[in-house]
Amino acid sequence: MSRFNKKKGSEVPAVNTASLPDIVFMLLFFFMVATVMRENTLKIQNQLPVADQVEKLDKKNPISYIYAGKPSQGYEQYGTEARIQLNDKFADVNEIAAFIYSEREALREELIPFLTVALKVDKKANMGIVGDIKQELRKVNALKINYTTGVGDALSNLD
Amino acid sequence: MAKRAAPEVNAGSMADIAFLLLIFFLVTTTIEKDSGINRKLPPMEESDEDVIIKQKNIFTVLLNGKDQLLVEDELMEVKNLRAAAVEFLDNGGDGTCDYCKGKRNPSSSDNPDKAIISLKNERETSYAAYISVQNELVAAYNVLRNRRALEIGPQKGFRDMNFVEMQNNYKDVRYTGNKEKLKEVIDQIKLEFPQKLSEVQ
Repeated sequence: MSRFNKKKGSEVPAVNTASLPDIVFMLLFFFMVATVMRENTLKIQNQLPVADQVEKLDKKNPISYIYAGKPSQGYEQYGTEARIQLNDKFADVNEIAAFIYSEREALREELIPFLTVALKVDKKANMGIVGDIKQELRKVNALKINYTTGVGDALSNLD
Repeated sequence: MAKRAAPEVNAGSMADIAFLLLIFFLVTTTIEKDSGINRKLPPMEESDEDVIIKQKNIFTVLLNGKDQLLVEDELMEVKNLRAAAVEFLDNGGDGTCDYCKGKRNPSSSDNPDKAIISLKNERETSYAAYISVQNELVAAYNVLRNRRALEIGPQKGFRDMNFVEMQNNYKDVRYTGNKEKLKEVIDQIKLEFPQKLSEVQ
């Protein structure tokens, strides 16, 4: 009988938590690496069209983003036509020039010619607004542009 | 039934496992990058000399306000545009282009260097349709460039690599081949099939 009583007092050993910090750090690092930070809060609908002949946007060169699309829910007072968004606010077409100049200001001089303007335009927008943006960009000599798109079958845009 | 104390698990190597996983994820995770169609806008100042371009060297693509595609004034489906553009670019009407495999139709483009695709749109054209058309036109250039890459690649030591793969390899830091030579081949192909796509407002 004493054989059975011997272990009565012993409890389940505590789980070793020495490696818990490691696991937590691992998760932290993972999310630090994999997270893409969005620099702007979008006030417009921005569903990009898709294309399959795309090139990666090179992060080595400076990129400025111009968004365009219909104002999203909560911003209906700005109308239902597609609008331009620069940084965090709605903008007019004639503000693009100032925007490009301020973007250039922040750059080192040797990088200025490599500034690419990425146009993130909603697929439901029409070309009128895109044409206006392009015309403004030509005026300030920002000629490198990129129509940012998703990756997919281009013909699916039409339905 | 003897209830024994479970032997303590040795946790000394847990940190090693954690770091192994961390390194694995570090290596395999790719941060999502934006991608899109790159274009260069024409500069504002008009050049003084008037460049005269023969009508047959211009391939007019018009996307009207109802998203209808008019190619050389004829209605066309977007899915047929790629083949039509390839045929136009690859025509080689004046015979100076020895790598062209087109029909050498004298009433179509002279050679890929002279051939220009002019893309027009109206204000009401939808952006989605415009991107589809841009995509198809870029695809036409890529079809020809890929074909050319497979022709001249093996002579330069880049077997079984088409133009798009060449460009990707050139940008890839992990690519182990001769990048200078690859750049030469890419530049040569770009020169042979220059992307002359004009966007008219």
